[in-house]
Amino acid sequence: MSMNKPQDFGTPASEASQLVTLEIDGFKVTVPAGTSIMRAAASIGIDIPKLCATDSIEPFGSCRLCVVQIEGGRGMPASCTTPAAEGLKVVTQNQKLADVRRGVMELYISDHPLDCLTCSANGDCELQDMAGAVGLREVRYNPVETHLHAAKDESNPYFSFDPSKCIVCSRCVRACEETQGTFALTIDGRGFDSKVSPGQNQPFMDSECVSCGACVQACPTATLMEKSVIDHGQPEHSIVTTCAYCGVGCSFRAEMKGEQVIRMVPNKDGHANHGHSCVKGRFAFGYATHKDRITKPMIRASIKDAWQEVSWEEAINHAASELKRIQTKYGKDAIGGITSSRCTNEEVFIMQKLIRAGFGNNNVDTCARVCHSPTGYGLKQTFGESSGTQNFDSVMHADVILIIGANPTDGHPVFASQMKKRLRQGAKLIIVDPRQIDLVKSAHIQADYHLKLRPSTNVALINALAHVIVTENLLDDAFVNERCDVASFQKWKTFIAQDIHSPEASEAITGVPAAELRAAALLYATANNAAIYYGLGVTEHSQGSTMVIGIANLAMATGNLGRDGVGVNPLRGQNNVQGSCDMGSFPHEFPGYRHVSDPSTHQLFEHAWKTELSAEPGLRIPNMFDAAMDSSFMGLYCEGEDIAQSDPDIQHVHAALRKMECVIVQDIFLNETAKFAHVFLPGASFLEKNGTFTNAERRISPVRKVMSPLAGYQDWEVTQMLSNAMGYPMNYSHPSEIMAEIASLTPAFAGVSYEKIDELGSVQWPCYDEESTGTPIMHEQAFMRDNGKGLFMLTEFVATTEKVNGKFPLILTTGRILSQYNVGAQTRRTENNVWHAEDRLEIHPHDAEDRGLKTDDWVGIKSRAGETVLRALISERVQPGVVYTTFHFPESGANVITTDNSDWATNCPEYKVTAVQVMKVSQPSEWQNNYQAFSEDQLELLAQSAGND
Amino acid sequence: MSVTVYVPNDSSAVSLGADRVAIAIMAEAKKRGIEIDLIRNGSRGLYWLEPLVEVATSAGRTAYAPVQVSDVVGLFDANFIEGGHHALCLGLTEELDYFKKQQRLTFARVGKTDPLSLDDYIQQDGYRGLSNALSLAPADIVKRVTDSGLRGRGGAAFPTGIKWNTVLNTPSAQKYIICNADEGDSGTFSDRMIMEGDPFVLIEGMTIAGLAVGATQGYIYLRVEYPHAHIALNSAIATAYQADYLGDNIQGSGKKFDLEVRLGAGAYVCGEETSLMESLEGKRGLVRFKPPLPAISGLFGQPTVVNNVISLASVPIIMDKGGEYYRDFGLGRSRGTLPMQLAGNIKHPGLVEVAFGMTLRELLYDFGGGSASGRPIRAVQVGGPLGAYLPESQFDTALDYEAFAAIWTVLGHGGVVAFDDTVNMAEMARYSMEFCAIESCGKCTPCRIGSTRGMEVMDEILNGQDLAKNIPLLRDLCNTLLNGSLCALGGMTPYPVLSALNHFPEDFGIHDTANVA
Repeated sequence: MSMNKPQDFGTPASEASQLVTLEIDGFKVTVPAGTSIMRAAASIGIDIPKLCATDSIEPFGSCRLCVVQIEGGRGMPASCTTPAAEGLKVVTQNQKLADVRRGVMELYISDHPLDCLTCSANGDCELQDMAGAVGLREVRYNPVETHLHAAKDESNPYFSFDPSKCIVCSRCVRACEETQGTFALTIDGRGFDSKVSPGQNQPFMDSECVSCGACVQACPTATLMEKSVIDHGQPEHSIVTTCAYCGVGCSFRAEMKGEQVIRMVPNKDGHANHGHSCVKGRFAFGYATHKDRITKPMIRASIKDAWQEVSWEEAINHAASELKRIQTKYGKDAIGGITSSRCTNEEVFIMQKLIRAGFGNNNVDTCARVCHSPTGYGLKQTFGESSGTQNFDSVMHADVILIIGANPTDGHPVFASQMKKRLRQGAKLIIVDPRQIDLVKSAHIQADYHLKLRPSTNVALINALAHVIVTENLLDDAFVNERCDVASFQKWKTFIAQDIHSPEASEAITGVPAAELRAAALLYATANNAAIYYGLGVTEHSQGSTMVIGIANLAMATGNLGRDGVGVNPLRGQNNVQGSCDMGSFPHEFPGYRHVSDPSTHQLFEHAWKTELSAEPGLRIPNMFDAAMDSSFMGLYCEGEDIAQSDPDIQHVHAALRKMECVIVQDIFLNETAKFAHVFLPGASFLEKNGTFTNAERRISPVRKVMSPLAGYQDWEVTQMLSNAMGYPMNYSHPSEIMAEIASLTPAFAGVSYEKIDELGSVQWPCYDEESTGTPIMHEQAFMRDNGKGLFMLTEFVATTEKVNGKFPLILTTGRILSQYNVGAQTRRTENNVWHAEDRLEIHPHDAEDRGLKTDDWVGIKSRAGETVLRALISERVQPGVVYTTFHFPESGANVITTDNSDWATNCPEYKVTAVQVMKVSQPSEWQNNYQAFSEDQLELLAQSAGND
Repeated sequence: MSVTVYVPNDSSAVSLGADRVAIAIMAEAKKRGIEIDLIRNGSRGLYWLEPLVEVATSAGRTAYAPVQVSDVVGLFDANFIEGGHHALCLGLTEELDYFKKQQRLTFARVGKTDPLSLDDYIQQDGYRGLSNALSLAPADIVKRVTDSGLRGRGGAAFPTGIKWNTVLNTPSAQKYIICNADEGDSGTFSDRMIMEGDPFVLIEGMTIAGLAVGATQGYIYLRVEYPHAHIALNSAIATAYQADYLGDNIQGSGKKFDLEVRLGAGAYVCGEETSLMESLEGKRGLVRFKPPLPAISGLFGQPTVVNNVISLASVPIIMDKGGEYYRDFGLGRSRGTLPMQLAGNIKHPGLVEVAFGMTLRELLYDFGGGSASGRPIRAVQVGGPLGAYLPESQFDTALDYEAFAAIWTVLGHGGVVAFDDTVNMAEMARYSMEFCAIESCGKCTPCRIGSTRGMEVMDEILNGQDLAKNIPLLRDLCNTLLNGSLCALGGMTPYPVLSALNHFPEDFGIHDTANVA
């Protein structure tokens, strides 16, 4: 094992196809035109000294260490900024160059503390390396002016900024601009006074900094340094793994000291993130070793009892016997399980296998039910596959980007940075969102159109966009005729051309001015490449599936599918939403989205699993709760999912959980659901297990064990033990064997193997055979439907039944924030709380004025389902009539208010639309008081178990 | 019958009292019932004589100088309005030796005309160059400028025609002409004199440049310290627009050229063309690396001509009288004329436009009249703060780019600052480092840290500390600056420092010259 530090070529690769050959120190080298001399030299192992250059950002030419001489040329050009050209003869080392380099280093060190031995960068400092490389032996200056006493900025919880060590190479500033796109850093002053300045000479935490870590990554010295390295010293080996937060699925190098993670460093070779990261993946991994981790199995008879720590064997046997008892008493279908998008593909696969083969029913569902199930449905119907069509890099070819109901800078920050890079290059931007997300206007980004629609009117809006395209004849007839089901298209065209779908008619519904909508439609339809990105603002509606279909129709009608720069791209919320769906987590589908009643598939799985399988779809999550209420569903195995916080109409969920006789929770913390549990099986964090995650671009990436599981077992091992105890034998010795089984049973995964993933770094499905390296872009030649044709479907707008009235005059909609992650179980146990310590209710100044509210006031939010209390934040980001909150804290009770309305096709909850009233209050709601009491009791029952130990 | 009196509006003249003199003349004329047509002309460039008042007489324009308010009554008493004799009377202006010995091509109109009068400009051969250019293909305009041998007058002396040709041959929907009017060199004022004294010639030159390379937008990047030039340029630009010399349809040709003035914010380094463009784009004035050349990827990433004021102002006469006419002045590879600017400790400071080839000594003594203090001239700095200090032994060098390069210095923008024998050249060397430290943009390491360290090393040298260490250290530092700097600011600071050290070692405490090298 070693650190496996990737080579730094100094400047980014050139994408030119033309090649040039030059000679460097007598060696011939051929590189793409536009490659810097520095990179050309590095490619043949010639390291030219450098400090301001690093290959993640454009060259800058400031440090002057990389000077070279070119035969026949004047002076000493910097090799980082001088492009390689045919026939050049370059000398990288001679006495004259050595003199200048040493002169430069002598200047650097004249303004640098000489505390190398006690410096946190000792062993990983480019300045130190360069002093060695140029042979600096003496600093002859007696410096008067220095920066040696500049004060440290320790305001960021994860990294320290020590300007006394800064060499003003601007790598941090450039990384903030080019890599992250936040522009939080600048150089203040000039000449010798030049210094790195967050914001307007503010501490990092007061600036616009989003703590993505790009500056820390770029810093060649100890100036910007992870506090974990300051505390623990340099790591000694590294292992490449995949982030367990959002659906971008960034590749990281876990840099380790023994079994301790020192830091997570974004992997330059990561195909999803290309060396970039966000505050969560980069820094918020401390939850994995948080004191709240539960590492011993526990059982109890009733949720009123104290927990009792038991051996693994006892816990597993108890759980199995309870499940069997319930099946005996209430029937085979009275138990089921819920998988999670947090789990690996392999864990999900054997979980659903346990349920289908071991429990003998199809009562398996997953949290995608509450987020992207309409995506699965809508895209399967129209395109023939339940997935996004593009890879992330495709966005670099998009000319118009249409974002609907997604907030990438908060929800998918690393992809947002790539998107922002493209927008800064000049791509046009249309945003459809009721709220002003950051992308509407931020540093060097401004949306061309922000269609600020009323929540719940998505379908009316997409129909109006399509209406303009149809009636203005902006269709791509050639694409439609060649690639789509023409009969369905003709029907759709007639449907959409009706006047009721005109922008003028829909303005009354959506509130979006017709002229603006027409202009946006024109922009989308006339682009060379137009790409749609969408999120839960599309799916979490009563017409979520209809809207996904509407998006698919729009892309097909304009021919924006099947190549780089276009497509329909759902931004997946969690690390493995795509994978958990692929793995057969839905009650009606086997892995690979094949219906449980399909005879050939059914036969295939029965044969492979050597048992009889049910051909009847099982219960969806909300059906499980309903069934619990009428005592027909009494036992639940729930892994890595916190339904008691994240599901809608939470009082109903709690009631259902209380009704069940055996709730088995497998998690790393005593989450909200575990407070209703009878068996607790301690889980392993992503750092403690092997497996794979599949991100939003269908990329299967490796998750690698970097430390031993705190509770002794990886999660797949626990599920396997339970299966064996239930009487259905499993004996995998490694997740690679599970993947082999997945590949053998699922055509789109047939060519996927751990060997291939190790070799390529990651693989995008479909990957049909051993030769295939995966599929970055789908539907290139034909759609995945049986006849290969894209299907247009009618998308009639049907207003939600969740309507505002005098009693509930405002619409509540919800979303995520950058620093916290979903239910917050992880991020709330990190320093990320300094950015977001509570959920707030955003309310427009007009609505606040009507209610006499000020920022920070406690406000009661009441819906038809329930009532909770949050503090107010007056903000013009929301429009009048709309209020907004995040949902990262259980005590916020955001889901006390959300209703049981759901998508007609998939039951995905209508989280984004709840009619509410808001008023000033002086105390928490009754639900919050009850919840707090319950929660305190449960923690006490947990403490008693620890006391027994 | 009215009489025409000229009182310069040039800011040097104004700073010496020209406005007050003008008011006094008009008041006195009114009192005496004399009708005066007062013209606020540019300066003739004889600065030790400002305010230089001229009267149009039948014999020609007669000069009275320097005139103070207290002289005005006496001038009237002496009937100066008809060229009457007075102690301040210098005779006909154009017969003055200082003026007569010059070859004024670029400055042909400066001081003669009303700078803001388009009629005056046209009467005095203005816009003839543009008229020719409008009848030529772009490549032919470029060829004529190339043939003239004109080289960049900002300091780098790059052949203007070659630069234009690069921009012409770089395809782009939008190209730009930038006039670098950030005249920041010490002892220089020729750009200012043109902009105040004949702004139309610059506008014409830029318009021709636009036609030549296919640029439709021009910017004059003017230093904020030139408020009078700002007013003059804006006024002339407005007039040019009204008369269709700028805008969408220049003189009915269907050709388009727009022009506006942008003010700098006081940074010397923004006179460097790439940081100038950064500043024009609204960013910090930070030097860009080259390549790409501005001619290929300049302002907003588009092909851009960046020329100095004098370069552009020399184009109209070239287009009017032909490349050969201009080329016939000068010698070798230095063709045409160079407006030299005499300043510092000099008896007759001012603008001297002469063909290349005159010696520095002739300039200093025949024009400059020796030092103002009457003491021997010990050193002169030619080419601004980054030019070398020349000792008396080098005064016979010809004003010629190559001759200057041969003695390791530059002609630069033509500024000459003289010092008498009371100067301490080690202090001047320290000042050069200090100048670099104050003006450094802070991007490259040699300039950012080296200039400050240079100051500190010079302080030790001035204190006589550890010369055995400090002199070699200073030389090493200069080597790093010279070879390592990103732009000429750091790269040329060694010129004044090392020339002072090499030519005046005794001022550095070195008395054994064997130690100098």
